[in-house]
Amino acid sequence: MSLRRPSKEQPDNFDFNPASLEAAKSIIAKYPKDKQQSAVMALLYIAQKQNSNWIPLAAMKCIGKFLDMPYIKVYEVATFYTMYNLAPVGKHFIQICTTTPCMIRGAYKLVEACKEKISENENELSKDQSCSWMEVECLGACVNAPMLQINDDYYEDLDKEKTLKILDKILTGETPKPGSYRGRLNNEPENNRKTLMDLKNA
Amino acid sequence: MLKDEDRIFQNLYNDKGSDVESSRKRGDWTNTKDLIDKGRDWIVTEVKASELRGRGGAGFPTGLKWSFAPKELGSRPHYLVINGDESEPGTCKDRDILRFEPHKLIEGCLIAAYAVQAHVCYIYIRGEYFIDGEKLQAAIDEAYEKNLIGKNASGTGWDLDIYIHYGAGAYICGEETALLESIEGKKGQPRLKPPFPALIGLYGCPTIINNVETIAVIPTILRRGGKWFASLGKAKNTGTKIFCISGNVNNPCNVEEEMSISLKELIEVHAGGVIGGWENLQAVIPGGSSMPLIPQKTCETLTMDFDSLMAEKSGLGTAGIVVINKDQDIIKCMARIARFYKHESCGQCTPCREGTGWMWRMLERMAKGEASRDEVDMLGDVTNQIAGHTICAFGEGSSWPVQGLLRHFKKEIEDRNDLNPTIKKEKNIPYLVDQHLLDKKNA
Repeated sequence: MSLRRPSKEQPDNFDFNPASLEAAKSIIAKYPKDKQQSAVMALLYIAQKQNSNWIPLAAMKCIGKFLDMPYIKVYEVATFYTMYNLAPVGKHFIQICTTTPCMIRGAYKLVEACKEKISENENELSKDQSCSWMEVECLGACVNAPMLQINDDYYEDLDKEKTLKILDKILTGETPKPGSYRGRLNNEPENNRKTLMDLKNA
Repeated sequence: MLKDEDRIFQNLYNDKGSDVESSRKRGDWTNTKDLIDKGRDWIVTEVKASELRGRGGAGFPTGLKWSFAPKELGSRPHYLVINGDESEPGTCKDRDILRFEPHKLIEGCLIAAYAVQAHVCYIYIRGEYFIDGEKLQAAIDEAYEKNLIGKNASGTGWDLDIYIHYGAGAYICGEETALLESIEGKKGQPRLKPPFPALIGLYGCPTIINNVETIAVIPTILRRGGKWFASLGKAKNTGTKIFCISGNVNNPCNVEEEMSISLKELIEVHAGGVIGGWENLQAVIPGGSSMPLIPQKTCETLTMDFDSLMAEKSGLGTAGIVVINKDQDIIKCMARIARFYKHESCGQCTPCREGTGWMWRMLERMAKGEASRDEVDMLGDVTNQIAGHTICAFGEGSSWPVQGLLRHFKKEIEDRNDLNPTIKKEKNIPYLVDQHLLDKKNA
């Protein structure tokens, strides 16, 4: 299991803003009547998005009331799933996959790049407070290893130099283009494609 | 090599776009109504005839699973749930289906939902695939707009609603009952079976759960006939499969190939060979991280299907092939996999919650050469105390890779560690304390 600790500094109040409220209502409509508890995961995402990428305890209480479920049940869910950040993270939240398929293709070079550019330690904000990074388990893009995720976007087929360039862009406020950084088409075998050639050449 | 015309996922690399019009050109949605008009029994019989086995890892026959759904609709509604929680290290096939072939999946959902009498279908996607989920949502919206799903879907008289539910980074939610708990808005901790989900599943109602790839191949099987699908591969291991080849190969890739293809062909032809040549191959993990690794000498003649890998004491799993060459430290590789399982254990059963941490810490020490004499056997003992003593298959999944390492690379471990019995005392190595929690703030 992973250890998950809520931040020591917590805001006193949290309320959904009108946009979040509308999104939350449309999510609840996906589930059968009286099963609105199912929406808790999506609502935690909405709260996380609204509250600059992390979930304070006040938001869990708010969601508990909103869905008519005990606060502890919301707390359980928020602390069980690792994608809910329980403490502040950077506006640009960088997750580096270091599980074996990425590791054997050099994922720790990406970690080095993050240490150089962002912060010495995981979960620590960069000097300008805009970025933080952490090692995560398999992100499911193994044939594009090594790779990292910045907020929702995947950056694939990286090495240390390419990562440094991406991080430079992020730090200057640009958004680098997601996808493969060796220029291949998605998951095809690079320069070695033997299948579906008619479609490729059509 | 499989002929291009026999490949189900023509748009695997997104040469043509994933919208409904280009999907139609590839044959999706062309005669969905005719297929459904042939009736439930025909659909299930045809899927049974194709001998399709579930693509999520366990390889359970799909037609048989569908026939477990109650024949008559009782007071409780039926649900269809699609498992797109793909988190097994080495596996990234479902992602390509979600983003490039969403209409195959949606059409498969309609047919499967009709076959098991479900009016609501939930597609569970791992939270990290948010962008790919958005693409699927766009395809679902498109399908609603064209009345392919929704009320009187495709003119069949059957109503179907499809909703996406995002996970949030828990590997265990790929286990079907944990997935149901997660949809119900709880922690993803697996349920005891029986009762099986086919009778008591989501919200206590009959539920059929299938993998994304399983459902996405259904429309093509029905169009071309179960016999066609069964003619590919070999008996009981039929059809085509998306293989993900990652690790130390020259061209890591996803490729759809016939079942029972030889491993060497996959690596040499499609993935451009092992880095440093075939001789530089050390071991292969054949089916995602939870399957025991296979040493080089066996790889020479290995064929990739459920039964022949089982005979090698491994398994096809999700067909995520991780190639490890001799430049890598095999013990370190397995220690990293052990760390993955330690991180992902849901914590419900003690053998798994504690044992995965034990395995990780022992393997880390073995990689550094700091293990003491009795520890190699003790590690084997720990794996045996986890496997088979947990509610779900995570216990097996976490201990099999370690058992594979011990089976094939015991000599490497023994060579590296000086196996001094006093080492434990000198280094003050804790066995029961979670030392890593003290060392690291956010382990």
